[in-house]
Amino acid sequence: MSGVRVLVGTRKGAFILTSDGLRRDWKVEGPLFGGWQVFHMKGSPVDPNRLYASQSQGWFGQQVQRSDDGGESWAPVGNEFRYEGVPGTHQWYDGTPHPWKFERVWHLEPSLEDADTVYAGVEDAALFRSGDGGASWQELAGLREHGSGPKWQPGAGGMCLHTILLDPSRPHRMFIAISAAGVFRTDDGGATWHARNRGLNSEGILPEPEADVGHCVHRIAMHPSRPDTLFMQKHWDVMRSDDGGDSWVEVSGNLPSDFGFPIQVHAHEPETVYVVPIKSDSEHYPPEGKLRVYRSRTGGNEWEPLTRGLPQENCYVNVLRDAMAVDGLDRCGVYFGTTGGDVYASNDDGDTWTGIVRDLPSVLSVEVQTLP
Amino acid sequence: MSAAGEAAELRVVLPEHLRTLAQVGREVVVSVTPPVTLAAALAALEARYPVLRGAIRDHGSLERRAFIRFFAVGRDLSHQAPDAPLPAAVVDGHEPFVVVGAMAGG
Repeated sequence: MSGVRVLVGTRKGAFILTSDGLRRDWKVEGPLFGGWQVFHMKGSPVDPNRLYASQSQGWFGQQVQRSDDGGESWAPVGNEFRYEGVPGTHQWYDGTPHPWKFERVWHLEPSLEDADTVYAGVEDAALFRSGDGGASWQELAGLREHGSGPKWQPGAGGMCLHTILLDPSRPHRMFIAISAAGVFRTDDGGATWHARNRGLNSEGILPEPEADVGHCVHRIAMHPSRPDTLFMQKHWDVMRSDDGGDSWVEVSGNLPSDFGFPIQVHAHEPETVYVVPIKSDSEHYPPEGKLRVYRSRTGGNEWEPLTRGLPQENCYVNVLRDAMAVDGLDRCGVYFGTTGGDVYASNDDGDTWTGIVRDLPSVLSVEVQTLP
Repeated sequence: MSAAGEAAELRVVLPEHLRTLAQVGREVVVSVTPPVTLAAALAALEARYPVLRGAIRDHGSLERRAFIRFFAVGRDLSHQAPDAPLPAAVVDGHEPFVVVGAMAGG
């Protein structure tokens, strides 16, 4: 029987949750890398035993860990992320120029074709690539140097490159998203990049609300069968694009709040999308104290609350941008972790939820592997 | 104890998280060719345990990470010049060179 492996990164270590295809009974292992922030863990789609983890700490900096046996054992690999050339400046919170400085790896995206190739999205925002299993990293500097870099600015969490989407039908096309700069696309494997933010509106946040760059994009998601269709959870607004990011339209519809962080697409239904509305940019908790995932089966605009099994009173946690994932089973499994340290799973497309594990350190990221 | 010109055998005490990374115990010994300075000691430590590169000082600038401190013989050496010599008692191996994670919440 097939199974799933859920990779959970938290503020004080990582946890691996496993179950069979029924996804009812769970084994919890961890903490791995105890005391370190694990911003993200992800497995290679080519080799499910190859896992990468971003391990970070204020005292001792960045480590990247790699497992070749599905998380049984780990070894640190390369941790030198050196910007190409003289990195220059971006905007600081107060609008003044601020030197680019590497802080941490937010997101690791293994290649769709080669287990030794992996991309890293980092703070201060840049994209790195390793072709040797993480031993060494080279910046794809065309992104940072494409021209608008001096206008980028940090969001509250830092100036992070947090999303990397690889187009399965066009090996040289890739999308990335930065808070707070926006979405960028390359069609030549990362050599050149173009902002793809037309249609985004950041009224009250940017002096020019429809500027080319500067938007606080929280997460973007794609269904692999429709790589031209993208869904976005922005600082405010849920958006979609049907032309590879060339233009965006708002699909927030009847959501109780269109602020939030994660967004995901159902594994088998490209028009079924999940978000977790959060009350506001300063009140990072669910409206009315009710933890509700919202699902749209129409690609946005029409949303239904999913509440069965989720706390519906006195719940004031957040769900961070990388803390939601879907598996590839039928029915689709949906997973998310909260800043309160709980991880919830649904084995029926989101209709019902159960807590897999509770009271972990604050959850930073959730990924899931569907195992043969 | 090292004679003049011979490599010094430095005792280095690491904080717990760096012990875990390097897979070593509380204290390690590294050979440092004179002059035995702060920078030379750290370079020898990183050469012996490459996983510590970037964890104590920045890869490129070699600046001490902000929340790292260096103690020895009851003194805080964190702010001394990288090319300043380490105390004789450390060079002789009588006292350890201590790498500390600064007191900070988190």
